[in-house]
Amino acid sequence: MGSNKKERIVGNKKSKVLSSLKNLGSRVYNQLENGFFPSITMPSRSTENINYDPDLRQYILGEKIVLRNSRIFTQTRGFTQLVWAATFSHELASQRKTSTLRDVYYSAQAYEMVFKDQQESNNIITDLETVLGLSREDFNIFPEERSAVFGDLTIAYTVPGYEGRTLNLTSHPDGVLIGPALTSAEFVGTTADKVIAIEKGGLFTRFVEENVHKKFNALLISTAGQAPRATRHFIRRLNREFNLPVYIFTDGDPWGMHIAMVIISGSANAAHLRELTTPDAKWMGVWASDIVDYKLPTYPLKEVDFTRLHELQRDPRYQTDPLWQKEIKTFLKIRKKAEQEAFSRYGLTYIVDEYLPAKLGETK
Amino acid sequence: MAQQTFQEISASDFFYRNRDIAGFTNPTRAIFATIRELVENSLDAAETIKVLPDVYVRLSFAKVGNQESQVFKLRVEDNGAGILPKHIPSAFGQVLYGSKYTLKQQRGTFGLGGKMAILYGQITTHQPAHVTSSTGTAKIYSFKLMMDIQKNRPIILDRRVSTNKGQWRGTIVEFCLEGDYLRAKPKVLEYFKQTAMVNPYANLTFVDPKGRLYKFTRGTTSMPDPPKETEPHPYGVDVELLQRLIQVTPYKNMLEFLKNEFHRVGEITAQKFLAFSNLSPRKNPKRLSHAELVSLMQNLKKFEKFLPPDSSCLSPLGEDLLKAGILKELKPEFLVVHQRKPSTYAGHPFIIETAIAYGGEIPKKNNFVIYRFANKIPLLYDEASDVSYRVINSMNWSRYKVTQDMPIAIVVHICSTKVPYKTVGKEFIADRPEVRREIANELRGVARKLQHFLSRRAHVNKEKKKFSVFIKYLPKIAQFSTDLAGKEKIPDIEKLLKSVRKFGIE
Repeated sequence: MGSNKKERIVGNKKSKVLSSLKNLGSRVYNQLENGFFPSITMPSRSTENINYDPDLRQYILGEKIVLRNSRIFTQTRGFTQLVWAATFSHELASQRKTSTLRDVYYSAQAYEMVFKDQQESNNIITDLETVLGLSREDFNIFPEERSAVFGDLTIAYTVPGYEGRTLNLTSHPDGVLIGPALTSAEFVGTTADKVIAIEKGGLFTRFVEENVHKKFNALLISTAGQAPRATRHFIRRLNREFNLPVYIFTDGDPWGMHIAMVIISGSANAAHLRELTTPDAKWMGVWASDIVDYKLPTYPLKEVDFTRLHELQRDPRYQTDPLWQKEIKTFLKIRKKAEQEAFSRYGLTYIVDEYLPAKLGETK
Repeated sequence: MAQQTFQEISASDFFYRNRDIAGFTNPTRAIFATIRELVENSLDAAETIKVLPDVYVRLSFAKVGNQESQVFKLRVEDNGAGILPKHIPSAFGQVLYGSKYTLKQQRGTFGLGGKMAILYGQITTHQPAHVTSSTGTAKIYSFKLMMDIQKNRPIILDRRVSTNKGQWRGTIVEFCLEGDYLRAKPKVLEYFKQTAMVNPYANLTFVDPKGRLYKFTRGTTSMPDPPKETEPHPYGVDVELLQRLIQVTPYKNMLEFLKNEFHRVGEITAQKFLAFSNLSPRKNPKRLSHAELVSLMQNLKKFEKFLPPDSSCLSPLGEDLLKAGILKELKPEFLVVHQRKPSTYAGHPFIIETAIAYGGEIPKKNNFVIYRFANKIPLLYDEASDVSYRVINSMNWSRYKVTQDMPIAIVVHICSTKVPYKTVGKEFIADRPEVRREIANELRGVARKLQHFLSRRAHVNKEKKKFSVFIKYLPKIAQFSTDLAGKEKIPDIEKLLKSVRKFGIE
């Protein structure tokens, strides 16, 4: 019964994407038909137009609108690229094929649309996201996959050739890549009652080996550094669809702290997008205070680390929970950082046996 | 000092001994200077009777010599006025020959160029010169001549008269000389090219010793008005000239002498001047002592009430002809020419004509190509010493959005009854303040026009570039949006393209 409803949602989403793209095409087409140079408006992505929304608990774009006008010869090329990107995305989505940013860059050449470099084509895709208010994954353009999920979650594929086939994500101990197929899959069911996202692939593997998913009844996700947007969206879905609490486990330094923050509150770069954040997710460690409490092996903070800490101190996303400011201050005080693996000084299983239970209890 | 030298040796002897100063420095220069002097005489001969010049020059091997210097036979034919038979021996065999000392703009200034060339030929080969000429009468006169250098007199070796069946008019000069053509070749060819540029109404033909034909065909049939002869202006005379004027004048008193032998001196001005310099109007000029002569010359320069010389004695090329010549030889993308109002220096009237040409066959170098002309002759040596070169190099070209690496040719033509050459070799113009100022003002004017052209061209290029963007991408936008909107018919974008096509773009 639930599965039917979800199917409809997925189907709706897909037709919404296709019709948005088609609408864009009609807008341009009609302007040409009426004898005008076509133009497209979109929210500005300049820094002064990126604001933090405390209610949504993420960055959003402000009121400022920019016009992409094909009449202005410096914009004509970019405008054409944008229309091409829409056409290409429509083709991908309607044929249910996927592509990567790199692939887009090369595919353009088949249409005699040459991009100067990868950056130019990436920017055009971001423009398209902004115009439509959809993320590129919605129109089947994916980054290179590197993050993975493991645990008792059953999904049903919707990709061509696999429609309706189900998979339990405990079936492969290296985890299953969070790629296009998994991103577009429907969630059938899970017995887990929490999600643990882990910054590093090595530790993710350790957790699988140590049966953390069983011991803590958790779904494990390897973010492999900064979590890709597909992964952030995946985490959000687990949180929303199954009401699972999300715990994020990173290195004990400003960079790790920010990996957690992006999963929670999103990034400024994705201010034009929604549904990539999980505002209720918790950063469970490694905290600066953990470094002190567990007497972890450390490295001294470097100049860049301090600079970053000062930036984060002022960042509106770090004003939401007093935990952030407290930990930033502690980092600044102890002038040290520690990696997730640092717990191994107490033996390979210490982190699972001692640290995790303590922290899960603490962050609840 | 020059005066004393003239008293001691003959004029031809003097120039024989000092041939370097007339441009016959070495075998290379000798070939160049010889061709140049004779071509210029021919052009003058045609222009005085308002005939479009046809000049044929042939240089051939006369005798095989060593590598450095060979004996050549030079033949120069023209369709000019021709020379009366009684004048032919002196005109070609006597240096500084001339009956009356009037001034007009001429190519040769010293009246010795052609003779110097023949003299040089005689010195180096000991062979006579052959001169054939007719003024268009029933007879053609041919002379075989040599020059008595010590006495400055022509020696007639042979004289023939033939009937002029074809009513031919002109002069043919043929003689041998030693020289180095191989080295002179680049300058000789450049000389012809530049001569063609500044004499666009002339046909020039040159056959070199290897039999190669270089032809410069006229690009117009209009000619500038020939210069009028005029008396020297008081500000411009020196003791030497005064002496010569006194020698030839038929007037027996100072008042008449001044009135008739000087430019822009009338009865009243002459009287005022004589009062100013304490000379009796009745004094016979031929009786002036040397000291009086010197003081007269100084007073002529000091007296402030002489009217400035007028420019009727000048024959500038004119903007249209200069334009035609440059278009013909450089085929530039852009050309601006301008003629300045007459001006004077030291009693000599002069006119500056300039041109700036851009693009076309003008090469891109690290410097501008500079073409210097004086009285319609190209100046090919000592560029860096020339006043034009200095003016051009001291100008702030960046003000005109011009850089030295652009394909730009600058033409400066000075016309004067007395071109302020620095040397007898007529290679470069002296840095006279009046001349420098005129050239500088003139160049600023044409440079501004070049700037307008360049900025307009930049504007057109920008429009072209814009248009090429539209023409490239608009059809794609139409195609993609048609596909994306799921339509059949591609929108017509011709109107849109037409609306952005600006005037001036193709």
